[in-house]
Amino acid sequence: MESLAERKAEILDEFMMFDDWMQKYEHIIELGKELPLIEEQFKTEDHLIKGCQSRVWLHASEGDQGKVHFTADSDAIITKGLIALMIRYLGDLPAKDVASAEMDFIQEIGLQDHLSPTRSNGLVSMVKQMKLYGMALAAKQL
Amino acid sequence: MRENTMEISAFDVRAVRAQFPILQRKVNGQNLVYLDNAATVQKPQMVIDALTHYYSHYNANIHRGVHSLAQEATQAYEEARIKIQEHICAAHSHEIIFTMGTTDAINLVMQTWGRSQLSSGDTVLISALEHHSNLVPWHLLKEEKGIKIEIIPIHPDGSLDMEAYADLLKNNVKLVCVNHVSNALGSINPIKEMVRMAHEVEAICMIDGAQALPHSKVDVQDLDADFYAFSGHKVYGPTGIGVLYGKEDLLNRMPPWRGGGEMIASVEYQSSTYNTLPHKFEAGTPNIAGGIALGSAIDFVRSIGVEHIEEHEAQLLESLTQKTAHIDGLKIYGTAEKKAGVFSFLVDGTHPYDVGTLLDQMGVAVRTGHHCAEPLMNHFGIPGTIRASFGCYNTNEEVDVFVNSLERALKMLR
Repeated sequence: MESLAERKAEILDEFMMFDDWMQKYEHIIELGKELPLIEEQFKTEDHLIKGCQSRVWLHASEGDQGKVHFTADSDAIITKGLIALMIRYLGDLPAKDVASAEMDFIQEIGLQDHLSPTRSNGLVSMVKQMKLYGMALAAKQL
Repeated sequence: MRENTMEISAFDVRAVRAQFPILQRKVNGQNLVYLDNAATVQKPQMVIDALTHYYSHYNANIHRGVHSLAQEATQAYEEARIKIQEHICAAHSHEIIFTMGTTDAINLVMQTWGRSQLSSGDTVLISALEHHSNLVPWHLLKEEKGIKIEIIPIHPDGSLDMEAYADLLKNNVKLVCVNHVSNALGSINPIKEMVRMAHEVEAICMIDGAQALPHSKVDVQDLDADFYAFSGHKVYGPTGIGVLYGKEDLLNRMPPWRGGGEMIASVEYQSSTYNTLPHKFEAGTPNIAGGIALGSAIDFVRSIGVEHIEEHEAQLLESLTQKTAHIDGLKIYGTAEKKAGVFSFLVDGTHPYDVGTLLDQMGVAVRTGHHCAEPLMNHFGIPGTIRASFGCYNTNEEVDVFVNSLERALKMLR
């Protein structure tokens, strides 16, 4: 399994390939197409992330060897790409690693500067919820 | 020949643009194309100068100071009030109450006229097009007093259903709340007719003019409006200043709302007597710089001629409507015959947030979302729209940039 550092390096390399932000957005939109989709039964109020102006549903379950498995969906395609990126970084890791992961790659890509404040807040809520799931699962596994 | 060379275009958009320093800046490496004018407009140099000149040369508290600076500041502030009075054709300058903006003005009416004149069972008629600011204050009063709120419905094109309005007026209506121009759809409402009909049943009319005043001629006496509110920042002035116009006799009968300095005639420990209009409603040190700069903003609008602005924006709207007609799946919300420079739309298979985000990357500023008109969006069964809205400085070239950028965004998203 790749370490978080390796995942981070891979994502940074990928984003470095693009000269301008339109291309980066094109890439984010492509990433959205690979998002592990949430099952319809979980597309409920309970799974909606608050603080996003487009609707985002996130579900976490315990996968192989106690790792956290995320699925999600959104009605906005750029949001879908952003959450796909977060899942690529945090998904299928041991619960305690999800809970404690550094998220500095978001800054390093320059994402925050290029997102509207509402979207940036949404991204923060998204990551917070993923970590909460990690924490809850880690606590259960003790 | 000589006459021809001397001829100056009635409206020279380039000369207008040159007065707005912000239009020189780049956003995400692109020339800024600012199409979010219904949210707030940019400021001309003369308004910015009025603010800095006040703070640099005659900053002082107004009305009771005996020194020169206080007199200069008072004079400038009261001159601004008179400019506004003249601009909206009010009968008296003391009918112009400075507020923080439209929202504040409507809340003033609710807190004073509303709380003193309305009681349980009275009906307030509110149009389906209202911004939250002309809806939520009346919700507060409904909770407090048990007033009834009835909604004037709209036709599918976003125009008000006047037959339904006539019927609704029969139900013990005391107040009608309606915007002059819808911020979300751009519909221009038949205010004069609505006020006349309201007065026939002895109801009062509260007009939200935030979207009308920057774009068209407003004559409050011709409209016979009882209350008319607008925001400074939408009419090329600064934020944090706005106006409530009210008819003198109504304002005189209303109790004060906020208590403090300026609004009193005399104060004892157990009681006070209140000042006359307009000061009765302007407690505390007001936004002096804002009021003076709003006066400059009115000067700016008058220097161009509001009729020229109206004509120019109508031409831009028509051009944009034509140039987007070929875009597959584009649906315009608000297609009323009488419309201001607001282009609210959705495109099949795309989310407004995605479109707005990509447009921003290309330097184009639009608004996405419910535009503070959630009930209206629910009526259409949509979460929101993308809204491009015009100001006096927008150009046909910018319309082209917008259309090209939109097409590029859609190609990426669909």
